[in-house]
Amino acid sequence: MNIFGRLHWDDLKLWEVFHDFSIDSLVASGAAWGAVFAFVALIGWITYLGRWGWLYREWLTTVDHKKIGIMYMIMGFVMFARGIAEGVAMRSHQATALDGGVLSAYHYAELFSTHGTIMIFFVAMPFINGFINYLVPLQIGSRDMAFPMLNQISLALTATGAALCMISLVVGAFETGGWTAYPPFTSAAFDPGPGPDYWVWAIAISGFGSTFSGINYSVTIYKMRAPGMKFMFMPVFTWTALCTGILMTFALPPLTVAAIMQALDRYLDFHFFTNDLGGNMMNYANLFWMFGHPEVYILILPAYGIFSELVSTFGAKRIYGYTSLVIATMSIAVLSFMVWLHHFFTMGNSATVNVAFGIATGLIAIPTGVKVYVWMTTLWRGRIRFTVPIVYMAGFLILFTIGGFSGIILANPSINWQVHNTQFVVAHFHNVLLPGLLFGTLAGVHIWFPKAFGFRLDERAGKITAMLWIVGFCLTFLPLYVVGLMGYPRRSAAFDDPAFVPYMIVCVIGAFILLTAFAGLFATLYISIRNRDRLAVPLGDPWDGRTLEWATPSPPPPWNFPVIPEVVSRDAFAKEKSEGRPYVLPPEYRDIHLPPPTAAGLVIFLATTAFGFAMTWYMWWLAILSVVVVIGWLVMRSFREHEEVVIPAVEVRRVNNAWIEAIQLGKGVNRDHETSSANRGYAASDYLKEGA
Amino acid sequence: MSQVEQNVHPGMNLGYSGDTKHAEVNVFGFWLFLMSDLVTFGIVFAVFGTMTGATAGGPGPEEVTNLHSIALQTALLLGSSFGFSWASLSMKYHDERWRTLGWLAIAATSALGFLVIEFIDFLHWIEIGAVPQRSGYLSALWALVGLHGLHVTAGLLWMGTITAQILRFGLTDKVKSRVTRMGLYWHFLDVVWVGIFSMVFLAGVA
Repeated sequence: MNIFGRLHWDDLKLWEVFHDFSIDSLVASGAAWGAVFAFVALIGWITYLGRWGWLYREWLTTVDHKKIGIMYMIMGFVMFARGIAEGVAMRSHQATALDGGVLSAYHYAELFSTHGTIMIFFVAMPFINGFINYLVPLQIGSRDMAFPMLNQISLALTATGAALCMISLVVGAFETGGWTAYPPFTSAAFDPGPGPDYWVWAIAISGFGSTFSGINYSVTIYKMRAPGMKFMFMPVFTWTALCTGILMTFALPPLTVAAIMQALDRYLDFHFFTNDLGGNMMNYANLFWMFGHPEVYILILPAYGIFSELVSTFGAKRIYGYTSLVIATMSIAVLSFMVWLHHFFTMGNSATVNVAFGIATGLIAIPTGVKVYVWMTTLWRGRIRFTVPIVYMAGFLILFTIGGFSGIILANPSINWQVHNTQFVVAHFHNVLLPGLLFGTLAGVHIWFPKAFGFRLDERAGKITAMLWIVGFCLTFLPLYVVGLMGYPRRSAAFDDPAFVPYMIVCVIGAFILLTAFAGLFATLYISIRNRDRLAVPLGDPWDGRTLEWATPSPPPPWNFPVIPEVVSRDAFAKEKSEGRPYVLPPEYRDIHLPPPTAAGLVIFLATTAFGFAMTWYMWWLAILSVVVVIGWLVMRSFREHEEVVIPAVEVRRVNNAWIEAIQLGKGVNRDHETSSANRGYAASDYLKEGA
Repeated sequence: MSQVEQNVHPGMNLGYSGDTKHAEVNVFGFWLFLMSDLVTFGIVFAVFGTMTGATAGGPGPEEVTNLHSIALQTALLLGSSFGFSWASLSMKYHDERWRTLGWLAIAATSALGFLVIEFIDFLHWIEIGAVPQRSGYLSALWALVGLHGLHVTAGLLWMGTITAQILRFGLTDKVKSRVTRMGLYWHFLDVVWVGIFSMVFLAGVA
């Protein structure tokens, strides 16, 4: 038996362009070469800087929730680069797709499959995981997650999925059945190649990671809140994180089961979803969307949380209708499990079933509408500062409402029969995911970047970038509603109606604007890093924040809080400021115990990536070896007694006293000047007048 | 230690300290994991439910059900759970490692017996051509029973690890907390098995 299984030299995409030159092979090989060069350049750069030891000690083995959150965000942005590039490639193809197009139909199918898979699982999920990881322990006044090592392992498992997707760009091919990978189209009979196998293992392995994350978030929020923080005192973002954690715990298993059943069909010739011998592909559709629809809310709820924090911080008011916001969040979480069947209204259900799921789907608009009103009423008569997050918020409020309305249209089964599987659907879900999740993420980055790194992002570059995102989104996706109503099917590599062409041209222009907007993010980052001394906010509270994460220095010390805070109300930090007693020295300091660094994540990342790759290419020996490594390592590790990292009380005292002293020497900055270089992160709060 | 303190964490007796709190967090987290795992089993049950008729002319429930064997397996698995309960109770009230280990050994042997008989059943199924490749019904059957069997196997590996840890460290707080979680897992597998024998085997031949 060949030790490389079915892997052959010719499977490397790098050579394709030399064997058979065309635009199609040039794009495929070019992307593969690009990925390889980027990887080699990264390795070379780290080696040149001599940063491997630092990288290992400070990042790869850390269990600090803040660093894990940052690593999630970095992973998200790296994968985002690929997702955007694929989006632009698809739009370029579509602009020429009248009776053909520059890419082959097969390549186009691969593109929309990887684009969807990557954007949902390895961009959107890392973004929300990044925010939840970074913010939740800080907002609830805790030192870390409930299970810090499990947190690192979750990150590792997500990274495995992302790595497998990146490997598929260079070695072999990805599947062509969309991000949902519907069998029997992705079954062994139709597609014996490696593509569906990459999908199966990327999804199954990262699915375990997400389940563990969900458990970790839920337990953290239930059990690790600071004394006095009742549920109804929790910041709204933490509420959304709790609902997301619950959704992840219960919604991911159907996906993992579906992926593994698909693997059993493909590898061992089972008959879950095959066409013959009693297989039933509708089971797959049900399982996938039992996960898939809650997933939509897993992604959007934390974004709602970010927008909720945003309106009260940048409107300088406490949130209006906190209770209804909490109830709305919970309602959405519950309803999200009751709507999955709307993804296949047209696949032969009875009218009664369709009506039930149509009504359930429409119902979700009610709590979502409540939220929109809560945000608007919070902004109403607030002292709004027109900063970058507010620009995103403005774009979000208008565009997301349009996306929501198109969702209500789709929720009606009889209309759905007309527009299902057209570009109208593509328009709808991009219309909720971009203004919702993406704008939320980018606004959140602007809000909490100074917390994480100690300096603000440049406002001007940020505003230009935000406008580019908004304009680019409108041009790229709103025309799709029109062509969808005109009957342009989605996932189709070519069309034959010349009437679509002008719209497709607008779309491709929009796509390039989105690409520019993506570059704008890096320009913003570059400009901000260059001016980081002028933008520095080490004192930790640049926006006159209301929740506990702002009551720490920027960046916060590894132990988050010198002593665990006592919470007596909602908006705990705003309350302290209104009572004129923020930044008080604690009466005594104690030694702080933190969990030790561990290589668990690294070992599991390497072993599971090897496992996924080995299974895809039928290298059975390597697959078995990697399973043995994972199990053996975990068992061995459980025998080791781990020393905790102890931060001595004097060290905590030194750090905290230095910070408080700097605040007492500093001059508070009024929020009218918070975007000037006078802002060092010490807000001159006027909550005193407001009475918070 | 007063009686009240002893009963704070049944089976653990960790006393009041920082560790107690974290033991509570660990156990709660493990409950959530079990709830998530229950969703997994529920999904596989549901798939089995939709595929009971999909025999495609192959062997059906009558052919694969041997009620004698199922009764024996049930007795052994329930016996194993019973043994584990005694291990937990002896840990709580006696705190002697050999007594606890003895009960754990009974639990493990009984579960091993369950697996052996299940394996013999599997061999029989293969003999009569009731392989998962034969039909959708058999795929679902093997997946459901196999998933449970895999859980039991993993549990045995875990029990072996815990046994080694008791031998190495004694009944420390950390080990006690692990035994408690293992107990939750073990009884959970029993509950799932009750679902399997009633919905798959009894309902299949009823």
